[in-house]
Amino acid sequence: MKKLINSPDDVVRDALRGMEAAHGDRLRISYDPYMVVRKDAPVQGKVGIISGGGSGHEPMHGGFVGPGMLDAACPGEVFTSPTPDQMLEATKAVNGGAGVLHVVKNYTGDVMNFDMAADMGKGEDIEVETVLTNDDVAVEDSLYTAGRRGVGVTVLVEKICGAAADDGKSLAEVAELGRKVNANGRSMGMALTPCITPGSGEPSFELAEDEVEIGIGIHGEPGRFRESIGPASQIAERLMTPILEDLPFSSGDKVLAFVNGMGGTPLLELYVVYAEVAKIAQEHGLSIERNLIGNYITSLEMQGCSITLVKLDDDMVRYWDAPVNTPALRWGS
Amino acid sequence: MPIDRDAVVDWMRRFAGEMGEHRQELVRLDTAIGDGDHGTNMDRGMRKAMEKVEAAELADPGAVLKTVAMALVSSVGGAAGPLYGTLFLQMGGALAGQERVDLPGWTAAWRAALEGVQARGKAQPGDKTMVDALIPAIEALEGASDLDEGLTAAAQGAEDGMRATTPLVARKGRASYLGERSKDHQDPGATSTYYLFKTAAEALSG
Repeated sequence: MKKLINSPDDVVRDALRGMEAAHGDRLRISYDPYMVVRKDAPVQGKVGIISGGGSGHEPMHGGFVGPGMLDAACPGEVFTSPTPDQMLEATKAVNGGAGVLHVVKNYTGDVMNFDMAADMGKGEDIEVETVLTNDDVAVEDSLYTAGRRGVGVTVLVEKICGAAADDGKSLAEVAELGRKVNANGRSMGMALTPCITPGSGEPSFELAEDEVEIGIGIHGEPGRFRESIGPASQIAERLMTPILEDLPFSSGDKVLAFVNGMGGTPLLELYVVYAEVAKIAQEHGLSIERNLIGNYITSLEMQGCSITLVKLDDDMVRYWDAPVNTPALRWGS
Repeated sequence: MPIDRDAVVDWMRRFAGEMGEHRQELVRLDTAIGDGDHGTNMDRGMRKAMEKVEAAELADPGAVLKTVAMALVSSVGGAAGPLYGTLFLQMGGALAGQERVDLPGWTAAWRAALEGVQARGKAQPGDKTMVDALIPAIEALEGASDLDEGLTAAAQGAEDGMRATTPLVARKGRASYLGERSKDHQDPGATSTYYLFKTAAEALSG
């Protein structure tokens, strides 16, 4: 294993030091507990939005802290949920009197730690709502598993809820909008290679030189099945078919199409995939109103991609287009 | 001999030692069916817990276990943090104020721990989790006639329960996403729980 690190135990702290060095003018970095917070937090009268999760998915979540998106993020160790004391501190740090939204990806650890944070926060007199993202259609038998995982749609929920909070919406309204985006979003991912956590130093799974894994999670969880690698058109079809069938998306739907890199995939290849996604969408009569292409919710150095489609309404489009100013996502004013 | 504060500190010290010693084994088991962080997290968490325990003036077994619980909750993360945190918090609560714990008290504390873990993680027996090591261990305690016999039988019960997770299909946690592919792997959470009962038998007997 070769990695650009000082030591496996210090990788999260060292990356936060980098965030502070790069963005310290706009972000406040806390090391005990780990937090990335808007420097101007709490914004009085605005709903605060926090998220958190294991590290290794950068830029999610710390890279999405800033005006128009998150007020704070709680990074855990690599692929490990953050802890309730972090979430509680972040909640207090961003509470501007209008309550705080927790955006939680559906993973056993994340859910349990955010639950404990909510238990601990009951004495703090802060109104908290939770939006749980669970858009991964690769998880088929959700009755007998921990349920569908939260993946690509999380980025879109954070952006759209962030804009709604800026627009002065109430906590209940922002939460409802977040749940609507999640309910209208579906994702699926694939890998060309596994990833290696700094702690284990071992690949998360074994793949032959000519094999791909379809339906992977973002922590190196193996997927639905393996097959010999085919052209990008075939891989896009493998991911798009279950997504389209699941919601289902139907002809005339306006959608946001998000092609996400898993961390080690060249942007060149992501655009190759996007061309296939656009073609398949067109064949199904979908109108791609907005798109996002790049590495936003990653799995360390894994090569591969995920595709997310969200069925849009006018509010979602307006909030998607609203200004955002974070290290990883920035447009408008 | 009843269990006192020093014995419980010794138990936790030994458990922390096992988590350090078996860190890679737990990482390997977790990499096979989970996300590969269990050994690293438990080692980090128990080292932190022992720092807190050694630094504090703790009056009784319950206070020691509560200190361990809070350290794990705030340092482990993942699923193991809340689950082991809840386990030790419930045990500590059940033992509150008891300077010396006998077999019935010890068994009741474990029963409370199991209930807490199941309330937090929603796992049922056979879901391929730490619950599958906890239940046979606690049943062994409940069937014992004295403390030493109970501690030995509980360690054996946890070991049997841990081994019995190998053929199971996971229904909770990240391993559940593998479905049938989670078979033929021993559960890492049940494995760390076995070390908890193994070290209890070593530290608390006779």
